[in-house]
Amino acid sequence: MSVTGLIRMGDNALVLGQRLSEWCGHAPALEEDIALANIALDLIGQTQLWLGLAAERGAGASADALAFHRDAWDFRNLLLVEQPNRDFAVAMMRQFLFDAWHFEALMALTSHEDGEVSAIAQKSLKEVTYHRERSTDTVIALGDGTEESRTRMQGALGRLWPYVGEMFITDADDLTDMAALRPSFDAHVHNTLASATLTAPASDFAHQGGKTGARHSEHLGHMLAVMQSLPRSYPDAAW
Amino acid sequence: MSNEWPLYEVFIRGQHGLSHRHVGSLHATDAAHAIQNARDVYTRRKEGVSIWVVPAAEIMASSPDDKDALYDPADDKVYRHPSFFDIPDDAGAM
Repeated sequence: MSVTGLIRMGDNALVLGQRLSEWCGHAPALEEDIALANIALDLIGQTQLWLGLAAERGAGASADALAFHRDAWDFRNLLLVEQPNRDFAVAMMRQFLFDAWHFEALMALTSHEDGEVSAIAQKSLKEVTYHRERSTDTVIALGDGTEESRTRMQGALGRLWPYVGEMFITDADDLTDMAALRPSFDAHVHNTLASATLTAPASDFAHQGGKTGARHSEHLGHMLAVMQSLPRSYPDAAW
Repeated sequence: MSNEWPLYEVFIRGQHGLSHRHVGSLHATDAAHAIQNARDVYTRRKEGVSIWVVPAAEIMASSPDDKDALYDPADDKVYRHPSFFDIPDDAGAM
């Protein structure tokens, strides 16, 4: 089994966890702020498991070394998760689309032949089941909400839809056949969008290059600069 | 007119056998949202196994102005306490 598959799972959780933690103290309501911080912490916890296993299997010295001492071109996360927050609509739509994929991917990995992979998937799936429930309800509430919230959610969907395709482009490094997850993903997403009175763009155009590392968007480097600055300035820093 | 979401009171049951206890309040758009928010705000450290939420506006509370009439009459009715009965030794701990 390729360690790249483990790094992809870990990097998705790490990059989205960092993006979500950028909301801390800025979310539109106290309750949402706490919820986003909780979800961010769930994802950082999952990162430690995936990158920890990758490190054990030769990808690097430790999960921390992989998180803080790789450069943007070494990251293997989906382009979707590195997209900036912009506003609450974009952040919630990004979360919903990722959760819908993440749920299906983890569900498939719970029966992975490698016992450590299936154990991480089983633990993570409990958390992600809640993430998906919450972001689904939020998309419906804001889509089928006020004129302003609906316009913003439709705009966010249009902006992020070109990043959906990459989640289902699969290769031998993936831990499971990601293309096979598409029908279940589509069913959940289209049901939700219908309840939210939102319409997915007709185009299937997909930006690519995140999970292969070939072409990350400009945003990843800026995010890593903030995330990595402390451990790079003080390499042996400890709490 | 306030733009705040409605207020909900949150009750958490800590473990089996204990009753739900009031733990605080939060804002949410509806009851289902209030359950999710309560999960995130009040059960982060394994505080509970069950959540109730109640719209704060639906709670009828006694008025502080009525406290003389409501509570003072119990002051001199010590016989309402079950402390005047001899409990036989073989009844064990009550």
